[in-house]
Amino acid sequence: MADEDGVRRRDFINIAAVSAAGVAGVGVVIPLVSQMSASADVLAASSTEVDISSIKPGQAIKAIFRKQPVFVRNLTPKEIAEANAVDAASLRDPQTLEERTKEGKENWLITMGVCTHLGCVPLGAGEGETKGEFGGYFCPCHGSVYDTAARIRKGPAPKNLEVPAYEFTSDTVVKIG
Amino acid sequence: MSFPWAKEYKPTHPFMQWMDEKLPVPRLVYNAVGSGYPVPRNLNYFWNFGFLALICLTIQIVTGIIMAMHYAANTAVAFDTIEMTVRDVNWGWLMRYAHANGASAFFVVIYVHIFRGFYYGSYKAPREMVWLLGVVIFLLMMATGFLGYVLPWGQMSFWGAKVITGLFSAIPLVGEPLQQWLLGGFAPDNAALNRFFSLHYLLPFVIVGVVVLHIWALHIPGSSNPTGVEVKTESDTVPFYPYFVAKDGWAVGVFAILFSIMLFYFPNALGHPDNYIPANPMSTPAHIVPEWYFWPFYAILRAFTQDFFFIPAKLMGVMAMFGAILVWFFLPWLDKSPVRSGNYRPLYRKFFWFGLIPAMLVLFYCGGAPAAEPYVMISQIAALYYFAHFLIIIPVVSAIEKPLPLPYSISESVLGHDEGAQLRPAHGATEANLA
Repeated sequence: MADEDGVRRRDFINIAAVSAAGVAGVGVVIPLVSQMSASADVLAASSTEVDISSIKPGQAIKAIFRKQPVFVRNLTPKEIAEANAVDAASLRDPQTLEERTKEGKENWLITMGVCTHLGCVPLGAGEGETKGEFGGYFCPCHGSVYDTAARIRKGPAPKNLEVPAYEFTSDTVVKIG
Repeated sequence: MSFPWAKEYKPTHPFMQWMDEKLPVPRLVYNAVGSGYPVPRNLNYFWNFGFLALICLTIQIVTGIIMAMHYAANTAVAFDTIEMTVRDVNWGWLMRYAHANGASAFFVVIYVHIFRGFYYGSYKAPREMVWLLGVVIFLLMMATGFLGYVLPWGQMSFWGAKVITGLFSAIPLVGEPLQQWLLGGFAPDNAALNRFFSLHYLLPFVIVGVVVLHIWALHIPGSSNPTGVEVKTESDTVPFYPYFVAKDGWAVGVFAILFSIMLFYFPNALGHPDNYIPANPMSTPAHIVPEWYFWPFYAILRAFTQDFFFIPAKLMGVMAMFGAILVWFFLPWLDKSPVRSGNYRPLYRKFFWFGLIPAMLVLFYCGGAPAAEPYVMISQIAALYYFAHFLIIIPVVSAIEKPLPLPYSISESVLGHDEGAQLRPAHGATEANLA
């Protein structure tokens, strides 16, 4: 039976029922989708402390942070000079070495060892590995080349190697994460 | 639907008659792959590959279910459970290598099946839906193949998972959260391995479902044939059973011999030695490559090394790689030639044999080569040709080409003459004034 506006009881029930089913549908989908996200144990803040006292200039080590490699590199004065000689504005992802290191610790370059292209571990941190034509890192998967400030210089990667959050807890210990 | 002369299912045994009334599955089989399905009498060996694909799917599902009985999707033991299956489980080596080589065989067969479609214009009206569903099956196969390759949790498994899920991080804004959602973490780990196993078990059954639709859609207009001329009369066809079942059976025999040679004498030839090293998240293999059947598309992914205006090179590569398959969806409408078969299309045929096939082979080779010059530049040229073939050459060729004269009917092409052949009514003429 229609009331004065021409709205029938059945129209109301129809809209209410479909709306309720729609809201309920969304409510069901949310947990189904969300369960695939990183779980609490994965997200649980993991931080890594790295002793850097044994890393000599020109050397680097691979540490582990969130189950991914982190490169901790002690740059030589020559490598620092090379990084600073480049006009940062001309780069694909413009950043200076200063912006990528802590003040007074410009020789300590700490980056994720994860190529920003598709996630391979670039070469250059390990003993005897190629550092690529810009003296930094070289990713063998798709040929991305990083310079001595781990900035992308050539190849398909869009960004510089990511600098994770870290702090020097002393002169010889770095806390990553 | 079928042709009017298709034989009708007439069960004689009382039980089969009872069954036909209650649940007519035997009738369905009879009409789908039995005497009730007439197929063109001139089908050549390339028309056996659909059936071979079904055989491969069956091998994969049977050996896969068995592999799952011995496998554990846990990063701590996954690698070892595969090795134990091979070494300790009765016939485990056979199951494992049949499953691994079965995947390769499936892709060999499916590539021939797809390129048969390219050459003979199988994608054209009225079979567009058959083609579209086929492309969907191919995409599902690629996903299943990738997921399965991750399960042994060797070095190539791990880095393949990392690189392929890394593709999604190229998508602007949502890319990185999407990648973390797919992996359930920041890098492939136990969460990723478990869900990959779950999906690897699921997708083959999704493929079975789409295959049913693929065959259903095919049986509405009936199979195409090497002349591309549609079936006109009963004399153009033979019943699927026994004629084509016998021919498919012969093809299965040849396939079984070749498959057995690979399986028993070269079980690891198509694998990668690095995948016998347990996954190590700290070290990428020096030369990381996907399985051979992904090489052409992997080469296209790597061909993009320069940013294109505001689009980063990474996103360009990812879009091109997916685009290389998505372009197939548009093929029925890009190719406007009314002639189906490449046999009667002199210009199209040249571009097929001397353009598309070499470009695919070059991409295939470059996809398996290291990411260095000259392979990158060669990939770029081949990728450019690949897209030009579908987006420029096919539309232009179909517009300017003068096709060769077609036979009146399938019977004429087989027998050299057709008693029933008659000229088409001239423009404006009607049946009445012809008679």
